Amino acid sequence: MQADWTALGPVTAAGVGVAVAVGVVFALGVHGHARPEGVREHRGGPGARGLGPAALCFLACPAVVAYGTYLDLFVPGPH
Amino acid sequence: MDHITFLVAVVIVTALAFDFTNGFHDTANAMATSIATGALAPRAAVLISGVLNVIGAFLSTEVARTISGGIVSDTLVTPGMIFAGLVGAILWNLLTWFLGLPSSSSHALFGGLIGAVWAGAGSHGVHFAKVVEKVLVPAVASPLVAGVAALLATCLAYRLTARAREEAVTKGFRIGQIASASLVSLAHGTNDAQKTMGVITLTLISAGALGHDADPPLWVIASAGLAIGLGTYLGGWRIIRTMGKGLTEIRSPQGFAAETASTTVILTSAHLGFALSTTQVASGSILGAGLGRRLAEVRWGVAGRMAVAWLITLPAAALLGGLAAAVVQNGGDLGTAAVALVGAALAAGIVLLARRNPVHAHNVNDAHEVRLRTEPPAKVGTAA
Repeated sequence: MQADWTALGPVTAAGVGVAVAVGVVFALGVHGHARPEGVREHRGGPGARGLGPAALCFLACPAVVAYGTYLDLFVPGPH
Repeated sequence: MDHITFLVAVVIVTALAFDFTNGFHDTANAMATSIATGALAPRAAVLISGVLNVIGAFLSTEVARTISGGIVSDTLVTPGMIFAGLVGAILWNLLTWFLGLPSSSSHALFGGLIGAVWAGAGSHGVHFAKVVEKVLVPAVASPLVAGVAALLATCLAYRLTARAREEAVTKGFRIGQIASASLVSLAHGTNDAQKTMGVITLTLISAGALGHDADPPLWVIASAGLAIGLGTYLGGWRIIRTMGKGLTEIRSPQGFAAETASTTVILTSAHLGFALSTTQVASGSILGAGLGRRLAEVRWGVAGRMAVAWLITLPAAALLGGLAAAVVQNGGDLGTAAVALVGAALAAGIVLLARRNPVHAHNVNDAHEVRLRTEPPAKVGTAA
């Protein structure tokens, strides 16, 4: 193993990028899921709009996790 | 198995004991925010975390190799030095746990080893360039990266859900937190259980039972995983209280953001063989999440005390490890026995002291708040 200062960049980029992306996608899911309830309260009708995209968002998060775990386990590290 | 002498067996048992303290010292990293926001009941949280730590231990051995073939010279190190280093690390871990300080178990381990090898074999036994590259640089960078990631994720999460019903948002993120906290536990297993694996592997190499640059054998992986899992299940409630309630008031979107940031930083670094401190990453994330919510109050006094603990952990554990190594080297078998006895007595003393003011699953969330109102802020951290 040799000094590998360049590895710091990818860790920073991947760490911030993936964490923010997952956070945003999940927040969008929560927003989509939480809004119809709010709409229902105001207008009195069922608000299914937003549930579809919300479900997509909630599915995207485990997909990112699965892909990340796959990269971590099955793609060998640099050493 | 001819190479496994009594001393080597003692070292392996001591390493597993360290792993156990590592487990309960670090339960907070994964579960503090979930327990604080009520996403998980305290007992359920430590059970999930313990099981996932065991699973995580089996997933990767990149960090273990950094230790067994990295920071100290595996040609100069002896089982006696490793034993001394572990005693130093365990004592420092217990002391910081007693004070409720989320210091780095990894730095305690590295410090203990470095001090012991330095005292036992001289400064050329320590690979300082490797220590800087694999330990010190990640120690400074990782909490910052995790903090920035958590800050951004928290900001965006609040912005995106600003118009939704608060109750539904809290509920949604609480469910998300169960998944994100579980992932931190898994990441913790892949990272911290490996450090003990690395130490046991190093011991076996130094005793001639394994070749140089060998990978950890399966029984080492399994026993290290179990030790850290059991320690995690025991729950380090003192540190959970500091991290969940002491640093800042955490709400579920923040907890989710903090845990997601911790997981990604720990996993990407473990993949590259950086032996970073999961404690420092988790603390950085929690601070970032605290700063990301408007009007959230970060208790900088507690954060400052924590940062001081981070700075002195490596040298303090090195000092303890060095002292123990000097006794082991000069005293022979008698010295080793003396270190073992004194170490065990000190450890028992700290545990007994802690029982006078116990923190457990039932008071982990409430006691700290009461203290905040009745005592001056300067005392909050030490009481935690």
